[in-house]
Amino acid sequence: MTDTGIGASVRRKEDYRFLTGNGRYLDDMNRPGQAHAYFLRSPHAHATFSIDTAAASKMPGVVAVYTGADIAESGMGGLICGWTITGKNGEPHKAPAHPLLALDTVRHVGDTVAVVIADTYLQAKDAAEQVAVNYKDLPAVTSVVDALGDNAPQVHGDAPGNLCYDWELGDKAATDAAFDGAHHVTKVELVNNRVVPSAMEPRAALGEYDVGSDEITLYTTSQNPHVARLVISAFIQLAPEHKLRVVAPDIGGGFGSKIFIYLEEVVTAWAARKLKRPVKWTAERSESFMTDCHGRDHVSQVELALDKDGKFLGLRVSTLANMGAYLSTFSTCVPTWLYGTLMQGQYTTGAVYCEVKAVFTHSTPVDAVRGAGRPEASYVIERVVEEAAREMNIDPAELRRRNFIPADAFPYQTQVALEYDSGDYAASMDLALDAADYQGFAKRRDASAAAGKLRGIGISSYIEACGIAPSAVVGSLGAGVGLYESAQVRFNPTGNVVVYTGSHAQGQGHETTFAQLVSDRLGVPIENVDVVHGDTAKIPFGMGTYGSRSLAVGGSAISKAMDKIIAKGKKIAAHTLEAAVEDIEFGDGNFTVAGTDKQMDIAAVAFSAYVPHNYPSDELEPGLDESAFYDPANFTFPYGTHVCEVEVDPETGVTEIVSWAAADDFGNLINPMIVEGQVHGGIVHGVGQALMESASYDETGQLLSGSYMDYSLPRADTLPEMKIMTSETPCPHNPLGVKGCGEAGAIAAPPAVMNAITNAIGTSDITMPATPEKVWRAIQSTR
Amino acid sequence: MYEFTYQRPTSLDGAAKSFAAADDGKYLAGGMTLIPTMKQRLAQPSDLIDLGGIAELSGIRREGDELVIGATTTHAQVAASEEVRSAIPALAELANHIGDPAVRARGTIGGSIANADPAADYPAAVVGLGATVQTNTRSIAADDFFTGLFETALGDDELVTAVRFPVPARAGYAKFPNPASRYAVVGVLVSEGPGGTRVAVTGAGASVFRVADMEKALAGDFSAAAVEGISVPATGFNSDIHASGEYRAHLVTVMAKRAVAAATA
Repeated sequence: MTDTGIGASVRRKEDYRFLTGNGRYLDDMNRPGQAHAYFLRSPHAHATFSIDTAAASKMPGVVAVYTGADIAESGMGGLICGWTITGKNGEPHKAPAHPLLALDTVRHVGDTVAVVIADTYLQAKDAAEQVAVNYKDLPAVTSVVDALGDNAPQVHGDAPGNLCYDWELGDKAATDAAFDGAHHVTKVELVNNRVVPSAMEPRAALGEYDVGSDEITLYTTSQNPHVARLVISAFIQLAPEHKLRVVAPDIGGGFGSKIFIYLEEVVTAWAARKLKRPVKWTAERSESFMTDCHGRDHVSQVELALDKDGKFLGLRVSTLANMGAYLSTFSTCVPTWLYGTLMQGQYTTGAVYCEVKAVFTHSTPVDAVRGAGRPEASYVIERVVEEAAREMNIDPAELRRRNFIPADAFPYQTQVALEYDSGDYAASMDLALDAADYQGFAKRRDASAAAGKLRGIGISSYIEACGIAPSAVVGSLGAGVGLYESAQVRFNPTGNVVVYTGSHAQGQGHETTFAQLVSDRLGVPIENVDVVHGDTAKIPFGMGTYGSRSLAVGGSAISKAMDKIIAKGKKIAAHTLEAAVEDIEFGDGNFTVAGTDKQMDIAAVAFSAYVPHNYPSDELEPGLDESAFYDPANFTFPYGTHVCEVEVDPETGVTEIVSWAAADDFGNLINPMIVEGQVHGGIVHGVGQALMESASYDETGQLLSGSYMDYSLPRADTLPEMKIMTSETPCPHNPLGVKGCGEAGAIAAPPAVMNAITNAIGTSDITMPATPEKVWRAIQSTR
Repeated sequence: MYEFTYQRPTSLDGAAKSFAAADDGKYLAGGMTLIPTMKQRLAQPSDLIDLGGIAELSGIRREGDELVIGATTTHAQVAASEEVRSAIPALAELANHIGDPAVRARGTIGGSIANADPAADYPAAVVGLGATVQTNTRSIAADDFFTGLFETALGDDELVTAVRFPVPARAGYAKFPNPASRYAVVGVLVSEGPGGTRVAVTGAGASVFRVADMEKALAGDFSAAAVEGISVPATGFNSDIHASGEYRAHLVTVMAKRAVAAATA
């Protein structure tokens, strides 16, 4: 290992610009002559409306005011959902129209009824107050349970009963049979609370139109600019794909929320062309709360069947998943193929059945947030396993150990479609239990009790499917896209390298990790490697960043491109050194004729490639510039065990997390420091969901937690110093042996916290977030 | 935010003149409530009259048995003041846990009490220590100053200039912070001093209030045990997504106990 190669904790190359204020985020960008857009949002959760823009149009500085009628006239389509789910009945999911601007009905607070474009943002905002919208308020429903009720307000006329789909996975008959023969059945009802993604940078968009080339450039806060271009051109039909360039500059956090295609980016780009003037929009934080897709929001009935020794015979899960008012870009696959497929967990459960009803409500659309389906699955499994251990009076660690898929059983075909490729679950749990001093817990609990506190410990043994995904698999499951990744590795004549990647970074440190791959493999100093991402005019068609896929899929594409660079370099070296290609070896940045001291370094090969004075042109092309697409053979399966210990103050219900031990297996690590940072962030994210985060609506559909005065996020004092450990079981099917780490903490943490709290307070009758009042009430109920 | 005219007078007279001349003027101290309200377009003053340029409004001094804190003194200045720490340590502690560092660097004692947010910390100190609010025209006793939800005894053009705290024999403050905003869900200040035994509660109701039963109990026995069994009715208490009225009522007793413990530590 070199000090900048694979396995080195290289300091992040991008941090200099981020920390010195030299990052270039979308709101930093301004184009000559730009106008500003303000989107007028509905204050009602459900209403019909009429709209009059005449007065607003006459306000100072106003360039244009557009409504749903103008969009309809333009011929553009609405927003789409890119993944078709086939229900139990064999029918595709219900896909009601999602117009860019509402036509005559609003369906959630924040639904958009008009856009005002003016010379300045304040003028646009002033004018928006003069748009006369006459709302006729209608009853609303935001709860997933209530929305299925007989007399529930209907969100869409073409989705009767508010049902989007009723889907299932697994063998129902076999699972029912397993329950029939069970010694013990544990049943729980679980609520997975709705969360707001809370990226530090709000969403923003800037459209620009070049009259001469008839090309639109859309600068936007996107995790996947090519996907945005494809959807906006092919489906929404704003412009042909070759006349639309999408640029995503530095992105200040996404957590999933910037995967999706939103109306504001389409409308600003459309208006820029219509007005022949750049149009810019940056969300205010209150708009982020109302219009960034939310996450989670499930209610599940969960049953686990066990034999007398605690072996898991069957798992039966019935989930209601809230879709919100409209289907966001990938919303349908989150509670299905990213959820039901994980119900095997780390266990040999003999039969598994999962059914999911997706439900429309008058709330902000719900889509992927960090983990996307897998945190919800992990919560279901790890909470019911913990409850079963308590009911059967078996130590929770021991119960897990009795049911782990053994290390020698891989590849392991699950009951729910996936084939796990590798793992040693008992080893990671042992690592975590040791670090947490699991054996010493009883003593610590007694010490807490003596001080009037309730102490609890909770285990969470999670698995996730990352590195999404084999295109053939997702295609057969209804995806509208392939999930490969692209890369181009380009040497300049002087020997430095530019890597073009279809992955995009929102803070993950790709510019460092990917440069390490190149430096390590090609022997180029890391400072001579630059990574370019986020611009469809520069990079090959790529699928973007989500689902912990950037290294496993995007990094593997870079690896493949480097294979081609080395193969090409060998040809150049063979020609220059007058040897046979088969005799050229490559290592440490040098091409060597085997068995001799004849060699040239890769910089010399690059120079030769661009100054090909004596190349046999029929055999050897100039240039050292290779691209590759990588389509994974399987998902990757990171896993691990986290152990959380809490102390609860019974007087107030306040939970303090007193220790955290995490043992994760992400396969090979490229930059352990970055991995540790990702795990820290993921745990904090998951702890936020478990303890404090909640997007709550009142009975009229108003968002009660619509600002950070009411929506609680974790802070530095929420967690103690965490013990983070990794084992490295390489992924067997990608060239780097890597799995992905960005979501693990958010998947592992919520059940660990809730298992610890329920252990401490002696009752499981409590939902996330476990706020002090809920914990206090739960404690009261036991007395 | 709507457009407004910004003014920064250097004297109280100048401030009063600016205020009188403005269509709909607003005094600006730290702006920790007013500025966000304006950003959300929920307030539209014609003029903002910034009090930050009036030197006599700022500062902390001991005057005999009183600690006098100028209206534009920031929470951070109160928290860090040796004068406050030695005279009324509970007051420094209270100031040190208002909001977050940014809020403490900008927010002021005068702005806080003039705004009279039901969940602000300072009202508990003003009432719990039996302070006197000094304005540009008169002195107002703490018990008469806070009159309701965001309501005070201040006249339209009246300006808080200082708060005079009698130095107590002992005092303690305990707060259950809102996890998001760090305002007080419930904050209780207890003291024993020249004005007798006082227990003031913020966060729970529409406005800060005293708990007579607890004061009576503590006057006989200034110990946590003395207030342990005393509960307050939840009637009329605030209730939101963070805490119901019933839970707040429970917390009043718990925080009172802890405030007494802090005062006697």
